[in-house]
Amino acid sequence: MNLTLKIWRQKNANDKGKMVDYPISGIEPDMSFLEMLDVLNEELINKGEEPVAFDHDCREGICGMCSLYINGEAHGPDRGVTTCQLHMRMFNDGDTIYIEPFRAAAFPVVKDLVVDRSSFDRIQHAGGFVSVNTSGNTIDANTIPVNKHDADDAFDAATCIGCGACVASCKNSSAMLFVGAKVSQFALLPQGQVEATDRVMNMVKQMDEEGFGNCTNTGACEVECPKGISLENIARMNREYLKASFKG
Amino acid sequence: MALDSKIPKGPLADKWTNHKNNINLVNPANKRLIDVIVVGTGLAGGSAAATLAELGYNVKAFCFQDSPRRAHSIAAQGGINAAKNYQGDGDSDYRLFYDTVKGGDYRSREANVYRLAEVSANIIDQCVAQGVPFAREYGGLLDNRSFGGVLVSRTFYAKGQTGQQLLLGAYSAMNRQIGRGKIKMYNRHEMLDVVVVDGKARGIIARNLVTGEIERHSAHAVVLGTGGYGNVFFLSTNAMGSNVTAAWKAHKRGAYFANPCYTQIHPTCIPVSGDHQSKLTLMSESLRNDGRIWVPKHMEDVKAIREGKLKPTEIAEENRDYYLERRYPAFGNLVPRDVASRAAKERCDAGYGVNKTGEAVYLDFASAIQRYGKEQAHVKGLNENDAALVKELGQEVIKNKYGNLFQMYEKIVDQNPYETPMMIYPAVHYTMGGIWVDYNLMTTVPGLYAIGEANFSDHGANRLGASALMQGLADGYFVLPYTIGDYLSNDIRTGPISTESPEFEEAEKNVRNRIESLINNNGTHSVDYFHKKLGKIMWNKVGMSRNAKGLSEAIEEIAALREEFWKDVKVPGEAEEFNEELAKAGRVADFLELGELFAKDALQRNESCGGHYREESVEESGEQKGEAKRDDENFKYVAAWEYKGEPKDAVLHKENLVFENIELKQRSYK
Ligand SMILES: Cc1cc2nc3c(=O)[nH]c(=O)nc-3n(C[C@H](O)[C@H](O)[C@H](O)COP(=O)(O)OP(=O)(O)OC[C@H]3O[C@@H](n4cnc5c(N)ncnc54)[C@H](O)[C@@H]3O)c2cc1C
Ligand code: SF4
Ligand code: FES
Repeated sequence: MNLTLKIWRQKNANDKGKMVDYPISGIEPDMSFLEMLDVLNEELINKGEEPVAFDHDCREGICGMCSLYINGEAHGPDRGVTTCQLHMRMFNDGDTIYIEPFRAAAFPVVKDLVVDRSSFDRIQHAGGFVSVNTSGNTIDANTIPVNKHDADDAFDAATCIGCGACVASCKNSSAMLFVGAKVSQFALLPQGQVEATDRVMNMVKQMDEEGFGNCTNTGACEVECPKGISLENIARMNREYLKASFKG
Repeated sequence: MALDSKIPKGPLADKWTNHKNNINLVNPANKRLIDVIVVGTGLAGGSAAATLAELGYNVKAFCFQDSPRRAHSIAAQGGINAAKNYQGDGDSDYRLFYDTVKGGDYRSREANVYRLAEVSANIIDQCVAQGVPFAREYGGLLDNRSFGGVLVSRTFYAKGQTGQQLLLGAYSAMNRQIGRGKIKMYNRHEMLDVVVVDGKARGIIARNLVTGEIERHSAHAVVLGTGGYGNVFFLSTNAMGSNVTAAWKAHKRGAYFANPCYTQIHPTCIPVSGDHQSKLTLMSESLRNDGRIWVPKHMEDVKAIREGKLKPTEIAEENRDYYLERRYPAFGNLVPRDVASRAAKERCDAGYGVNKTGEAVYLDFASAIQRYGKEQAHVKGLNENDAALVKELGQEVIKNKYGNLFQMYEKIVDQNPYETPMMIYPAVHYTMGGIWVDYNLMTTVPGLYAIGEANFSDHGANRLGASALMQGLADGYFVLPYTIGDYLSNDIRTGPISTESPEFEEAEKNVRNRIESLINNNGTHSVDYFHKKLGKIMWNKVGMSRNAKGLSEAIEEIAALREEFWKDVKVPGEAEEFNEELAKAGRVADFLELGELFAKDALQRNESCGGHYREESVEESGEQKGEAKRDDENFKYVAAWEYKGEPKDAVLHKENLVFENIELKQRSYK
């Protein structure tokens, strides 16, 4: 395949940045999108130019490190996948592909296509945990049965990979899907009940401080989420928040 | 220096308890005066950092990703073992211990493995308390499944994303401590050297990967939980960033490197499709619980398949060779990884591979779909003879068990595995070798510890499935936090460690010089160019089967490639900025040294054991004819290498392995 890539280049956080055109040829349909970028980078290096910086690690769709806004969609045109799982067979010979970083005030650009998502970590520091000692003196794991339905729902919420596609695809740059997923996981399990009130209050507070926007129920996040995290989690978080506000 | 494994005396089952009762403790008030550096925030490093902080130490934790949650552990799929015996199928600490030692081909330390089995049950309790959503039965209790090499169901799992859920558990425990200010987290930082002062590890040199700044960090002890080095093969199932740098730098500062050649080749990975490939994807071994592995019996079928004239589903049952079931009737498709991998390679080498490159076998779910479908129809009181219904119900069961894996396969290969068998081939997966540690997980450098995949201790020559996660969390939650106290109890009056000493000065200078020579080299080839070349040598000559001639050649070739690298590598950009190529260059430079030691280690170990198949050491006759032949008389030891400059000068030290509780046997899965 022959393609024209239009890629966002930005030297560092203070640089203004611009789109740059790169023609590329010899791309096979069974390459992944990131392997296509590897090919481009190899060419750039051989020409003595700087390769395009992008984040990635597992290349299996699980670490949440890869990002990329491709032709106006977070993680590109395929549904339910991360950028590292996107394959070139989704594109046609001769296509022009726009590649930009995830844009949101709370995700400043580090370089080219790499953004800083540490705001997500700080939300977790505020309450994304169960306060249990790591001492090994816990009760036997089977002492508290968890109904399978709840366990499965908690698992589904817990599969969020923290990629930030929800934020990037939201017109308000809201982080509600991400935060809702974590709040839901713990809200659904008996282990998470004890500090449920503080957890949701603290996480929401931090989320607001980080500069994420509000949720206006557009639902773009759910559509772009590679892990199929559902809007139900936002609803559950809102209920938890309301409950906590009454208590608090 | 003689290797002292510090294994406690006394009966096997009491060693750990006695040891804990006798080691020194640090008073809680004094823990506040002690700093510990933890490099790596995977399962091992993450759980260690959280626990040490909880105990009261001041922890500084480092990882090269943008968040601890992204460590390579996140990718683990199948599950984690624990001797809970919830299924009542005869499991016990002893049986887990026995399976692990046997599975590791009797090349691991009895005492360490027993301790691992002993604390395994605790891990599950701990994780459940943290809110890890393991799979459950309808009654609300935890579910289990079985894994290769064992006859009991002791594997706990969370669909095909067990590593993710366990890591998020450790990450949340870390978050709690970061929130409390007890852990200071350094994301996007890469450790580039260990600093040794007066013979003790007292800090590290790290590079801030965003700004390029070189930083000095001091502590009373340094813990490496930096993972494995499978990427020395370029293609592996490891995350792209996984590397040997931290372990290698520790080696250069005096830590012995043990069994570098012990690599696990995983049997169920998606086959290589072309030259552009950047990494290989694992299909969890749990698939072997329900999938049957086969190749066609007849060469004409193989040819027709390769030419696209025949579909695998069109080959009649009697024309299929279920070679694992044929060769290993007792374990069948559930033989351990090394056995399954070798058997696949044997069939493909004989010409029966089913994809274009001839390097793939089938993993087929059709009979499981039938079996489950019938069962479901029966349970639901529906017609068991309705083929379409049975298939639909059966596929539903398979989807519930392995849905995400099937989806992953389809995305990569563009074929629907519910309708046609998957194609799989072995790939480099895990490294059992690593930094040598004693029973306390301390390396040969006092105050320097290694945990998780970075150390060598528990898996022997082959790791059974679902036991790396177990070892990482055992080390981090339950072993290191005790044993490190013994060492640190001598440091309560030391006070903060200065970073102004000549040792820090020297180490920093070292790091700077190396970066400068990489940046200013201005050669003609990219870093990947060299990495791919190294990978080819490793796979062809130091891979699944090895011989003395190939290994000797590999040693020469790697040394030559290393020389070429330093002459001719081109690293664009600058040192003081975000520069991925620079980071990669440093890692590949270390792989080029490790690779040679790896081949050297493989050459001296003239026996077949675990994933390490020496063509010179094969059973000549009897029931085991053609199987790998272990040589206990001459090789019942850990090979620990001491750094002496060039890898070719490394000096071999042997830790003899003593088996008092297990009789060494031919490992038969027939
Ligand atoms: C696809 C896949 C599936 C697997 N499935 C299973 C399974 O089902 N069951 C099982 O038991 N095991 C499984 N494994 C193996 C298991 O996941 C790993 O062995 C284990 O997670 C390793 O954990 P770790 O904490 O030792 O290292 P890692 O998780 O690799 O963590 C390494 C850490 O070190 C950091 N680091 C490394 N070098 C540096 C440096 N120089 N400076 C700073 N930081 C550094 C990294 O940032 C990272 O945080 C699987 C592995 C793979 C690849
Ligand atoms: S909710 Fe979905 S899109 Fe958002 S961070 Fe999690 S996985 Fe990514
Ligand atoms: S690189 Fe890990 S999710 Fe894409």
